[in-house]
Amino acid sequence: MASKKIGKATVKFTNPPIIAGTGTIVGPMEGRGPLAKDIDVILPDLTFGEKTGERSERKLLEQAAQIAIERSGIDKGMIDYYIAGDLLNQIISASFSARQLAIPFIGVYGACSTCSMGTTLGGMIIDGGFADYVLVACSSHYQTAERQFRYPIELNIQHKATSQYTVTGAGALVLASSGNGPRVTWATTGRVIDLGVKDPYNLGAAMAPAACDTLLRHVADTGCAPDMYDLILTGDLGSLGSQLFAELAKDAGCNVGNNYNDCGLMIFDTKTQRVGSGASGCACAAVVTFGHVLKEMERGNLKKILLIATGALLSPLSFQQGESIPGVGHAIVIEL
Amino acid sequence: MPSEKARKQITKMPETIQAAQEQKRRQEAYQQLVAERTPKPPYLRHFLVAFMTGGAVCALGQFVLGIFMGRGLDINAASAPTLAVMILLGIVLTAFGIYDEFAEFAGAGAAVPITGFANTVAASAMDFKHEGWVLGMGAKMFIIAGPVIVYGILSGVFASFITYIIRL
Repeated sequence: MASKKIGKATVKFTNPPIIAGTGTIVGPMEGRGPLAKDIDVILPDLTFGEKTGERSERKLLEQAAQIAIERSGIDKGMIDYYIAGDLLNQIISASFSARQLAIPFIGVYGACSTCSMGTTLGGMIIDGGFADYVLVACSSHYQTAERQFRYPIELNIQHKATSQYTVTGAGALVLASSGNGPRVTWATTGRVIDLGVKDPYNLGAAMAPAACDTLLRHVADTGCAPDMYDLILTGDLGSLGSQLFAELAKDAGCNVGNNYNDCGLMIFDTKTQRVGSGASGCACAAVVTFGHVLKEMERGNLKKILLIATGALLSPLSFQQGESIPGVGHAIVIEL
Repeated sequence: MPSEKARKQITKMPETIQAAQEQKRRQEAYQQLVAERTPKPPYLRHFLVAFMTGGAVCALGQFVLGIFMGRGLDINAASAPTLAVMILLGIVLTAFGIYDEFAEFAGAGAAVPITGFANTVAASAMDFKHEGWVLGMGAKMFIIAGPVIVYGILSGVFASFITYIIRL
């Protein structure tokens, strides 16, 4: 009998994992954004002293992981699992960074939902009694994502208003079975939802129904109405996606009010920085949550937050073959 | 605007196979909603900017052509070095990361002239150089320009065939 499972899709941690330390690192453009002061390291350029974008993304991930380990104050050798993911083929940033870290490694792919997916898994491992310390991390890089999913970087493209700008950065956190700090208390794992959106330049619209589905199931399972949270965050829906999300939630009788925001609208100044509909990428939700939101909780401005990190599960092949874009949203609750 | 009832259905998942049809209706309602909420591109502005910037690139080409003709070349002989100069210009601006910024503003005004074509080749070459000279740059250089060449030649064949028929 699964005693920790509540309702259809939610886990209630009986021994909630503690967030013992976080590490965040971003590129120069994010460094000019409104959340810069809450981010640990801001790079002066996209290369990070490396020859290729892929190598610099890997280095970002390693650095974020190192910072998180240092902050948590525990020895690297004590970490039982390293759960990481990124956007590249065969999640090379994650696995190559694991080569460097030499911690037993679980690679995951959830597109931009990776940060809450990894945190959910890490929490389950700790609460299940399989580990005392788990390191969760994910990364994305503007240049590598453009190459992976879109066109060469310097190509003459006029971006659509609905397209989103991939965050360069990485976020990591160390989950611990005991100690002080914010706790991950609930996790609702999302279903893959596809309402037939085919435009890879409108991923916010493709992911919004999945985020909404996860919210509805979370509310149904836990009985926590949206107004019980100080902040409800979606991962990277952008301006159009978050508008659709709020509308869908309202239609389903679950109103999200002023406590709702989207990570994709927070990391950049969407008025002055040219980022289309907002930010995207694994690092978007990770940097905003692990950097900004957890620091806000430390400062006492927030007590209980719900993060629904969203991922568009497309590949360059799938949309070229005319397939629609499935989306997924994974929710975690962080409480002081 | 999808109807009130249809909108309420969007967020419900099918629990049975019989619900597949309902799923289809839900997809249609959602796509209708997305289409309505998606901001319309400012077409008129795009047309005007593309016309002006594309025209400016062409005027520059005309100016370069004038220089070569001034040096005593006839128009057929002068067009080849003119194209070479414009292609070089496109490549240099691409290498310095300026051409994509220009294109973000100019749209088709940057994509249509031969400088845009040069940009597609140079940008691909720059992107794939880390994968090696042969399998990287050599193989992927025409990843964007390739289709333009293929269908350009194909439409050339069709056009000349039509001309041939008309002249018979």
